[in-house]
Amino acid sequence: MLLASLPFYPLVSFLLLIVFGKKLSWQLAAIISVSSMALTVLVSVILLFELSVSQNQVMTVNLWHWFDLTNQLATSEVNIRFYLDGLSAVMISVVTGVGFLIHLFAAIYMKADVNFSRFMAYMNLFIVAMLILVLADNLVLLYLGWEGVGLCSFLLIGFWYQEKSNVLAARKAFIVTRIGDTSMAIGLLLLFNTFGEFNIATVTTLAQQANNIAAGPSAEQANNIYWIALLLLGGAVGKSAQLPLQTWLPDAMAGPTPVSALIHAATMVTAGVYLIARMHGIFLLAPEVMNYVAWLGALTLLLAGVAALAQTDIKRVLAYSTMSQIGYMMLALGAGAWSAGVFHLMTHAFFKALLFLTAGAVIYALHHQQNLFKMGDLWKKLPFESSLFVVGLICLMALPGTSGFFSKEAIIAQLWSSNTAGPLLWWCAILGALLTSIYSCRLFFLAFLGTARFTKKTHSEKSTLLRSTLIVLALLSLFGGLIPLDLSLVFSALNERPLAQLDEPSWLHSIAIITPFIGILFSWFYFKHYRTAPIKGTEHDIQPSDSKLVVFCRQGLGFDALYNALLVKPYQWLAAVNKYDIFDQIIMLNAWYVSLWHEALLLVQNGSLRWYLAAFGLAIILLLGVSFL
Amino acid sequence: MTLTVIMLALLMAGALAWRTEKYWQGSAKWLALISLALLATVFAVFVMSHEIKPNDGFAHLQVLSRVDWIKTFNIQYSIAIDQLSIVLIALTWLLGIICVLVSWHEIQRHVGFYYFNLLLTIAGIIGVFVAVDMFLFFFFWEVMLLPMTAIIAIWGHEKRQFAALKFFIFTQVSSLLMLVAIIATGYFHLLQTGQLSFYYLDWLLLDIPLEISQYLMLGFFIAFAVKLPSVPVHSWLPDAHTQAPTAGSVLLAGVLLKTGAYGLIRFVIFLFPQASEQFAPIAATLAVVSIVYGAKMAFAQQDFKRLVAYSSISHMGFVMLALFAFNSNAYQGAIVTMVAHGLSSAALFAMAGMIYQRIHSRDLADMGGFWQSAPRMGGFALAFAGAAFGLPGLANFIGEFVSLVGVFQVMPEFAIIAAFGLIGSAIYGMVLFQSSFQGTPKRDIIDLQSRELIICGSLLLTLLAIGLYPTLLLKFSFGV
Repeated sequence: MLLASLPFYPLVSFLLLIVFGKKLSWQLAAIISVSSMALTVLVSVILLFELSVSQNQVMTVNLWHWFDLTNQLATSEVNIRFYLDGLSAVMISVVTGVGFLIHLFAAIYMKADVNFSRFMAYMNLFIVAMLILVLADNLVLLYLGWEGVGLCSFLLIGFWYQEKSNVLAARKAFIVTRIGDTSMAIGLLLLFNTFGEFNIATVTTLAQQANNIAAGPSAEQANNIYWIALLLLGGAVGKSAQLPLQTWLPDAMAGPTPVSALIHAATMVTAGVYLIARMHGIFLLAPEVMNYVAWLGALTLLLAGVAALAQTDIKRVLAYSTMSQIGYMMLALGAGAWSAGVFHLMTHAFFKALLFLTAGAVIYALHHQQNLFKMGDLWKKLPFESSLFVVGLICLMALPGTSGFFSKEAIIAQLWSSNTAGPLLWWCAILGALLTSIYSCRLFFLAFLGTARFTKKTHSEKSTLLRSTLIVLALLSLFGGLIPLDLSLVFSALNERPLAQLDEPSWLHSIAIITPFIGILFSWFYFKHYRTAPIKGTEHDIQPSDSKLVVFCRQGLGFDALYNALLVKPYQWLAAVNKYDIFDQIIMLNAWYVSLWHEALLLVQNGSLRWYLAAFGLAIILLLGVSFL
Repeated sequence: MTLTVIMLALLMAGALAWRTEKYWQGSAKWLALISLALLATVFAVFVMSHEIKPNDGFAHLQVLSRVDWIKTFNIQYSIAIDQLSIVLIALTWLLGIICVLVSWHEIQRHVGFYYFNLLLTIAGIIGVFVAVDMFLFFFFWEVMLLPMTAIIAIWGHEKRQFAALKFFIFTQVSSLLMLVAIIATGYFHLLQTGQLSFYYLDWLLLDIPLEISQYLMLGFFIAFAVKLPSVPVHSWLPDAHTQAPTAGSVLLAGVLLKTGAYGLIRFVIFLFPQASEQFAPIAATLAVVSIVYGAKMAFAQQDFKRLVAYSSISHMGFVMLALFAFNSNAYQGAIVTMVAHGLSSAALFAMAGMIYQRIHSRDLADMGGFWQSAPRMGGFALAFAGAAFGLPGLANFIGEFVSLVGVFQVMPEFAIIAAFGLIGSAIYGMVLFQSSFQGTPKRDIIDLQSRELIICGSLLLTLLAIGLYPTLLLKFSFGV
């Protein structure tokens, strides 16, 4: 029963905030939205406890019957029904826990905004949709949550809708993810056609059964499963901003910073990872697709790392960093390291939320300055924020002992000998780790060391509540790696099959551990001019480089331009060229033809006798002529 | 009997409204509203009381009355209903009431005559949904058409006469084909059984050879495809919808288009199952072209109402595609889509009317940033746009998803192309919502008033109810 009520606390809060809107004072709106989240956290803690003592570690609750579908054999029910197991438990802890902290932060951070209650309402609605997404027991309900979070993301990116650029960023995010969603929807259709079911657990069992019979799945079924996995992957890359649908995420930073922390770092963008982990039963039967997942992850990881190196906006650095970290998760999933991927999802949620929120605090302190090249020397000016940011960065770089270390090492350790990954992808992951530490250092040097490149006095928010949320997140980031995560029951025995017998060289682990330090060392010298005060008397002004290569990287390696030329422009052209509807014009030709005759005949009927006589005579001559011939 | 009385009562209420408006200004709208509400209740009670009886229920067509009309040709006044017509009539009542509410302040000229036309159209629509004598059906088909044309031509926008004429000619030409098909089928009945008959239930028993039924089917199909509308005979719709007064657009999009879908189900697919099955690839092709082309055209529009009009073409494409899949999932999806589209497009047209009343323009370029001054309106506009682009939780999603599931089982290629309509709908939905309610505020407008809140609220609640609990609707339409 408790499980059924979980999404309703934020839902009630959402309704209250929307109905009463601006009539609510800041206090009241903040109390309603934050306390609803507190209640959600409380309930999920109880649920986690109940789950851990329950027998098979699964809880389900049926809310109501949604609709029926008929398949070849029988009727299959699609219900509004929640399903809680180890995997969704991890997700709800992240969503409610991090969600609660971010709500609390946002309540203070957004205090001055005139539309405060609308903001909190959207945040609440987002939590509702996200909870439905992770708790859904069937794919249609999951799709409901999936679209719901997309809508909230759209609303929150465009929260400051008066700015044209924000509106466009919101539109882009929605449409690009919608392309992924459409692929996912087609995947669902094919899935229903193959298995006659939308229930995830049933589909997983059916897929396993098909695989377990002696002959293996029939060729047609295997082919279907391949396509299902591929199409679902399409949905996942859209939501999780992976290649080739990654372009919306950097622009999504137009939203308020708590939104970037909650939606575009900690929770929604990891929905793709969740989807693949949830459907692992299907993906395991399509090793080729797992291989694609790994490669897409690896490529995104590198691409985003390179792009992050060239950014000038602090939030965009973090956005690319999110993309690349999700790339790690995808890589893990592709390699079959399910638990490690989910583990990284969790730790990433902690430290990336911390990074974003601290960045928000910094941006706020600098009067909405987001440009790294207009920062500098914040270490002295904002010691509290700086130290927390450092905590976030060392987790991101995965320095030993931090949560990021545990999860990232867990991923890297399984890559080399995986069937669907291998040494090459292992090297990609290492290279990615190197890039991560380099762009982290660059960010740190630019923002916190060197000389102050701003003139206004900083004003830092000293609210204890706000600071304590940051401290809690920092603690989670540091020690979250110690949370025991046992997902062996979720990821069934199937993935424990013996891996390829590749001998792992003994130096693998040492390399993986050393890599971030190499990156730091490299940056220490390479970005020297960023971190040191200028020598007196010399010209020493730091400017972002505007060489072609850097600009190319800054713009996300040209994907925007490519899609613009390949898709957006042709569609707009097509729309413009056929604005007046060719079919209509063809049909209206009839009308034109009729009125042409009308005009012509009107000319003839002019009432003058001479004209009639002449026409009469001419006609007689013509007729005679014809008959003689 | 009751249904006949309801239709007559609508006609009389209309005539009364026309008269009384001359003496008491402002009485016509109240009269229309009260009579619609009252008759809707009568209808509901009638259906409920019939439901309880153990032997019938409306899974199959229930003949309600059957009297001779023109004896020489064996033409009868015969009406019957089943679940399909009940659902569509219920939709008609709801939207009829909405129509009166949206016209409340909008109609200032010839008020009495306007409500006469409105009620007459509604009576005609109900007649179309219940007639089972084909001649009677044709009669109602025309009854519904004439006052609608008048509504567009008299109370419409700047190019109303052109639009009304276009609407009239399109539907007349196509219904002429239907008339030919009706007479031919009646004559065929004479050949086969020795008696002329236009009675639908008689026709169902006919055994028509495929070569003939192909052509007969085509006659009906074209009439209904124009009404639906399907590409390439859709082009009356953007003009008619754009130029019609708000209530006209609501009624057109909400119910009149559904008569096309209704006709496809009842008279094309049921009367000529074999011929339709043979025709399915062509119909499905037209349907997916409508889906994609409608969505693309909607994106190109600058006029709020024109955009919504093209989106209707796209949505009705889903209905036609689903119907020609001959699959029970798809059929249910089609019914839900019909109702859902009736509600959501009506809502969007009502929204267009509300904006027009405030800024006297339908041009998206004149809009922008309304959210600032009218947040409630913005919220509703977003929800209705969301319904249009198939946001799960609202009725349209159920309709489209279930029909796509069904279509995929039969003809996957078509379902995949149709799914691209999802992207197209997101694009025009975004354009519609963002260019009117987001962006730099161009001007301040008044937020929704209580009457408008009732309109938007009731439509949204119905959309949500069907979206979250479609059993409400689906338990009605299993009768196939």
